[in-house]
Amino acid sequence: MSPEFILGIAIAGTLTGAVYGLMALGLSAIFGVMRVVNFAHGEMMVGGMYIAYLLYKTMGLDPIMMLPVAALGLFVVGYLLQRYLVNYFIEVPEHVQFLLLLAVAMVFTNAFLMIFGPDARGVQLPYAFDSYNVGPLVIDKVRLIAAVIAVLIAALLGLFFAKTRTGKAIRACADNLTGAQVVGLDVKHLYAVTFGLGAACVGAGGALMLLLVDVHPHLTTDYTLLGFIIVIIGGLGSLPGALLGGVLIGLSEAFAGFFLAASMKSMFAFGLLILVLLFRPNGLLGRGA
Amino acid sequence: MTLAVEGLDFHYGDAQALAGVEFTVPEGEIVAIIGANGAGKTSLIRAIAGMLKPSAGRIRYRDQDITGWPSHKVCEAGIGQVAEGRQIFPTLTVMENLETGAMIPRGRARFDANLARVLDLFPRLAERRRQAAGTLSGGEQQMLAIGRCLMGSPELIMFDEPSLGLSPAMAQEVFRIIRALHEQGLTVVLVEQNVALSLKLSDHAIVLENGRIAARGTGAELLADDRIRKAYLGL
Repeated sequence: MSPEFILGIAIAGTLTGAVYGLMALGLSAIFGVMRVVNFAHGEMMVGGMYIAYLLYKTMGLDPIMMLPVAALGLFVVGYLLQRYLVNYFIEVPEHVQFLLLLAVAMVFTNAFLMIFGPDARGVQLPYAFDSYNVGPLVIDKVRLIAAVIAVLIAALLGLFFAKTRTGKAIRACADNLTGAQVVGLDVKHLYAVTFGLGAACVGAGGALMLLLVDVHPHLTTDYTLLGFIIVIIGGLGSLPGALLGGVLIGLSEAFAGFFLAASMKSMFAFGLLILVLLFRPNGLLGRGA
Repeated sequence: MTLAVEGLDFHYGDAQALAGVEFTVPEGEIVAIIGANGAGKTSLIRAIAGMLKPSAGRIRYRDQDITGWPSHKVCEAGIGQVAEGRQIFPTLTVMENLETGAMIPRGRARFDANLARVLDLFPRLAERRRQAAGTLSGGEQQMLAIGRCLMGSPELIMFDEPSLGLSPAMAQEVFRIIRALHEQGLTVVLVEQNVALSLKLSDHAIVLENGRIAARGTGAELLADDRIRKAYLGL
């Protein structure tokens, strides 16, 4: 087995992992600001995939064009969900919040089943099998595009939080909710924007993921679980941590799929999770709980 | 009358924290609210600020009935607050903290002038503008809390225990600033554990006991009142 081959697998895993990272970024942002765990996250991811699929099917749009629509659509869903539903459950015990979002998740999954049926659906791209040769390495074009866009969106989100007025206001809410009310920030609106942004990230992640895998309604729980594993490994609430966790999971899946069997890839993801929980319970880039 | 509170009740669950509280704050005055821990001072401030929903009563500010308004609308109406425990944003920089104070429209409209005024009033904040606010000393954090409030162009500021946890020298400094702001025309509501000092500073004062107003008068009258002297001044 040549080192180039191993490196090739590592690159493919890293690129897929970047898209995982974008998905988890949304989960992490929502939790980091509101301490709400979005148990409907995988459902939103699949929602993004279906939006992209519909656009592709009806209008034949290139996936890169579908991404803003999926992101915008999910932003609206996330904003409304927070403003008119989750908002009333911010101060309830955690298990009540958990049940609420679980219910939302079930509604989504079953809506997908009703609308699209249980079959897997995918897109066929003209450049699906294109690749770049870098020396002895072969890099998938589709995977590279998806990863670059994912990292770009993550960077934009980081810039948004660091530089814009709304971004600073959201960080202020995360830092000190009482303080945010004292200075007159519209917390309900800012929470809804945060949920919308988190959902937009996962929607964009879904549109990108559709380039790599086919979509079916039961992917929802898989992605919710994957999202949790990633943010716990990376550190809940840490945006770079979500990306790092995504890449690590992408790598572990790629290697597990190659050396053992694709069906065993989850075992390694969970193994990684257990190791992190044992040795760094706040996650690799997490701050104190 | 700038601010008028009428028959205000507030409940924490079954416990009544405020009962029939009634007082007014005339334009340009300093009104002190004194009382023991748990008397309802902070509840009163937070009910006026829109952070707590009163169960009965009215709050009027200028010509508007602001009862039940959300806190961001109360701030926009011109009522600022320097809250108990300062409530700064520890991971945001000093500058970002000041910016958050100016996010309401009335603050945004006068951002540059307000920033210049705040940095002039608190040169320490200018020196530390890029530092995370959580790394400031207690006194500096209080300056930041006051500066952040001023960034919103308030016409009335409610100070809740502004000298709590500060050194005597720093507490003196905070009182000097409150007096200076008052002289510039701000109306002030002052909740303060240092009863002697706040009565000296204030035009009028109310005394809260178990959520009710137990006494009221000018600062000088209350300072001369035996009951107040015994209960709050240890004389």
